Amino acid sequence: MNAWEESAISIATFLPLLGALVIALVPRGKDRLVRGLGIVFTAAAMVIAIALAIGFDYGSGAPLQFELNTAWIPVIDARYHVGIDGISLPLWVLTFILSFLCAIYTWRYVPSPGKTKAFLALMLMLETGMAGTFIAFDLILFFIFWELVLVPMYFLIGIWGSENREYAAIKFFLYTLFGSIFMLLGFLAMYFRSAPHTFDILELQAYGAGGGFSRTFQLVAFGAVALGFAVKVPMWPFHTWLPDAHTEAPTIGSVLLAGIMLKMGTYGFVRVALPILPEGAQAYAPWIGLLAAIAIVYAALACLAQKDLKRLIAFSSVGHMGFVMLGIATLTPIGINAAIFGMVAHGLITGMLFFCVGSVYDRYHTRQIAEIGGGLMQKLPYLGGVFAFVSIASLGLPGLAGFWGEVMALLSSYNPAGVLSDQVGLFRVFMVAGGIGTILTAGYFLWMLQRVNMGTVPDRWRETALPDIVAVEWISWVPLLVAIVALGVFPRLLLGVTDGAVESLMRLFAG
Amino acid sequence: MNQAIDYHAILPELILSGTIALVLVVDAGVKKRSWIAMPIGLAGVVAALVATLTLVGEDRSTFGGSFVVDDFAVMFKVFFLSVAIVVLAISFRYFRDGRVYQGEYYFLLLTSFLGCLMMPSSRDLLVLFISLELVSAPGFLIAAFRKTDVRSNEAGLKFFLIGVLSTAVMLYGMSLMYGVTGQTNLSEIATALAGGLDPGKETLSLAAILFIAVGFGFKVSAVPFQFWAPDTYEGAPVPVAAFLATASKAAGFAGLLQLMFVAFPAQFEFWTPIFAVLSIFTMTIGNFVALQQRQTVRLLAYSSIAQAGYMLLPFALVTADQAANREVFAAATTYILIYAVMTLGAFTVVTALSRESRALPISDFDGLAKRAPLMAVAMTVFMVSLAGIPPMAGFWAKLFVFRVAIERGGIGVALAVIMLVNSVVSIVYYLAIPRAMIFQPPRRERPFASPALVTGVAFVAMVAVVAVGIYPELLAHFPPLSTLVGR
Repeated sequence: MNAWEESAISIATFLPLLGALVIALVPRGKDRLVRGLGIVFTAAAMVIAIALAIGFDYGSGAPLQFELNTAWIPVIDARYHVGIDGISLPLWVLTFILSFLCAIYTWRYVPSPGKTKAFLALMLMLETGMAGTFIAFDLILFFIFWELVLVPMYFLIGIWGSENREYAAIKFFLYTLFGSIFMLLGFLAMYFRSAPHTFDILELQAYGAGGGFSRTFQLVAFGAVALGFAVKVPMWPFHTWLPDAHTEAPTIGSVLLAGIMLKMGTYGFVRVALPILPEGAQAYAPWIGLLAAIAIVYAALACLAQKDLKRLIAFSSVGHMGFVMLGIATLTPIGINAAIFGMVAHGLITGMLFFCVGSVYDRYHTRQIAEIGGGLMQKLPYLGGVFAFVSIASLGLPGLAGFWGEVMALLSSYNPAGVLSDQVGLFRVFMVAGGIGTILTAGYFLWMLQRVNMGTVPDRWRETALPDIVAVEWISWVPLLVAIVALGVFPRLLLGVTDGAVESLMRLFAG
Repeated sequence: MNQAIDYHAILPELILSGTIALVLVVDAGVKKRSWIAMPIGLAGVVAALVATLTLVGEDRSTFGGSFVVDDFAVMFKVFFLSVAIVVLAISFRYFRDGRVYQGEYYFLLLTSFLGCLMMPSSRDLLVLFISLELVSAPGFLIAAFRKTDVRSNEAGLKFFLIGVLSTAVMLYGMSLMYGVTGQTNLSEIATALAGGLDPGKETLSLAAILFIAVGFGFKVSAVPFQFWAPDTYEGAPVPVAAFLATASKAAGFAGLLQLMFVAFPAQFEFWTPIFAVLSIFTMTIGNFVALQQRQTVRLLAYSSIAQAGYMLLPFALVTADQAANREVFAAATTYILIYAVMTLGAFTVVTALSRESRALPISDFDGLAKRAPLMAVAMTVFMVSLAGIPPMAGFWAKLFVFRVAIERGGIGVALAVIMLVNSVVSIVYYLAIPRAMIFQPPRRERPFASPALVTGVAFVAMVAVVAVGIYPELLAHFPPLSTLVGR
């Protein structure tokens, strides 16, 4: 393996961090230059990521590609072990694409109070943290990347957020940290229970699959680790930070939060918790399924009650992540594939929804559905059209990306993994709950469109001139819109990537 | 017994003593330019640092084994001298502009550092006592150095009263220990204690250990001996508070490490539960009271109490297994060193700020990000690091402690969970300062003036915290981290 293949994913991952440093050194007042640099660095990283995705050997049986495993902190056996497989590739590439599109979006508009330099530097730091999480195969390294996103996001919400930003920022920070610190405890416990002691995810997987961990230990460790992931997902009832964080965050913050950061939690389940602690996963699966089913229905009901457009989208995230978790809880290859598909689709669709809501806010300076008062289609036909399209994608219309994740999750819960054969009835109840959830989801999205898009333009907006979608917005949105259609029509595009890795991972639970 | 004195071994102490005398003499001679004492002191400290570096890798013992220079001692000496350089640097403008007796201040400060320097070499109860008093006694005076300020007087007096009380208890414990074992040398005490005492003496020895631990508990501001710390830090000149929170506290821990790991390891079953309780109370009370603080130095004082709780935790993990003890020892030492760098950095920024405001409410930080971006970034790094968020040095310090705690199992896991919850709580108050700096508009319009020395120190400390955070192996390469255990 040559040096490029070994270091390429690290270069792509750390390029944004380098960009953040460069931006920090740019003299004051050069706003345009800073924004340009943001686009250049995210673009460069994205080009590498896409090149690697093209060079990725989809038929290979190797567990990891572009792998680099080298000493990092010998004293605690932490290694710098990175690599990519079919599960991490889509999420990793999505990180770079969304970040790039966000950088473009920022070209036009940095939210108040400005401070372009700090804004972009933090965004780039965030990108490195998110991308790193998806390639880390050492638990300590994973944890470092995992936590690296906290501080930038805290400041993104706290400085550039709306009225209640400080509360939302600290709530986000504390919640996530509280969970992740138990996750760290679980990691350390796994380290000391494995023989020989290791933080390496692959070695731990082999050890866990070989029945190295006792059942009692697995129950405790899975609980600790799952708590960390569950807060991040967020699973009901740990979700309460999310509506606040999303509502207060600037548009870019919401897009990245919904688009990528939430996936870190579900990815953690698939990458760490399930394969290393299979018995723990089996014992907790019905509970996870239950919480997921509650999340789906609860979020849909909560959405029906929202008056704030952005908060509505935020709650819809809780529901969509519920489908993802339901897929994971079934412990079947279909379920996991559904989960990954759901993650990517949700990243594209909800990211796009937050872009739309951000642009609506730019024009109307309000997010209250009642104050917008309808008539978006008449007032701003293009923006209204895009918003309607994405909303319909989000409610799971067949033929668009949102459909496959949901339907596969429901399908898999009809027939959960062999090890869960006792609980088939229970999972079918979850399936019914999920089905009711999809109906309610369609209901609240359509009702929202009815209140925002339809109707006539209220008097207060009739005289105000509002610009429709501008060029920068088109540039940053069109790739997402295309991807939503493409994945909807050709789900194989994504399933073909994930399936091999998922199959080999899930052999454990065939029962 | 070899009575010849090994002068090389005590060279750093000799140089520093000479410097101290010189400072006093020169200060008596000059009337106007009494600030000259600082460069003299700085030169002396640097010379002592060079002398210490010549001792790296040596293993010397003099004064009948009561003064030892080994890797552990050299590491702490280098650390104390580095802290001395920082404290001198941040004191310079503070005292020069404050128009107080500068010569006397530097004399007392350096004397205190002399005690610090002797501490990690002291392997005898008497030398240990002298070192500890040499650290404390000048500290009482310099804490009260802002003579016109009632708070500063209160600071000194409170520090003095509680200090003397705990010293008396400790001295009583030491005398008991001598009575039981007939020894003052630490390793000989260990031999005597491990050899099996008759029941009456056994009980007495345990009481002695308890009393001695109390003395050091005061020094490291462990609950319930912490009452002096917030008032003293708040009233004392800021550089003195920095000294008390770092060098003085680290000296206490260095002494405690030697006592517990060299002299009393055989009695671990007795004292580990005590340290477990001390640790839990210290971190929890420190953290929860810190939440209420509105004054910067008090906030840092309670933070330093809470952090002392984390540093006491490893003591509760000691077992009969020497290999595990070595890890525990290394975790405690690492934590102390990293803690000191972070706290020193934070106090450096506060020193710069204290030029604008004496009262130092947290709101003084408002808008600092606009007025002094470098200082604001540095302070944010220190606070995030103290909170233990990766990728800062403070995270690794905590991780090393968690690691040994989980490895210990049983009580260790319980302690780790308590420490974890505490760490999360601490974030609320640690983030209060960055929040003020970044989210609030500035209260003062004029630009922020920070002396070059202070800015430089803050910058160096920030780089150190980030560098260790990204590549913690830097610290792990210190072989002496565990040399004291199981010799």
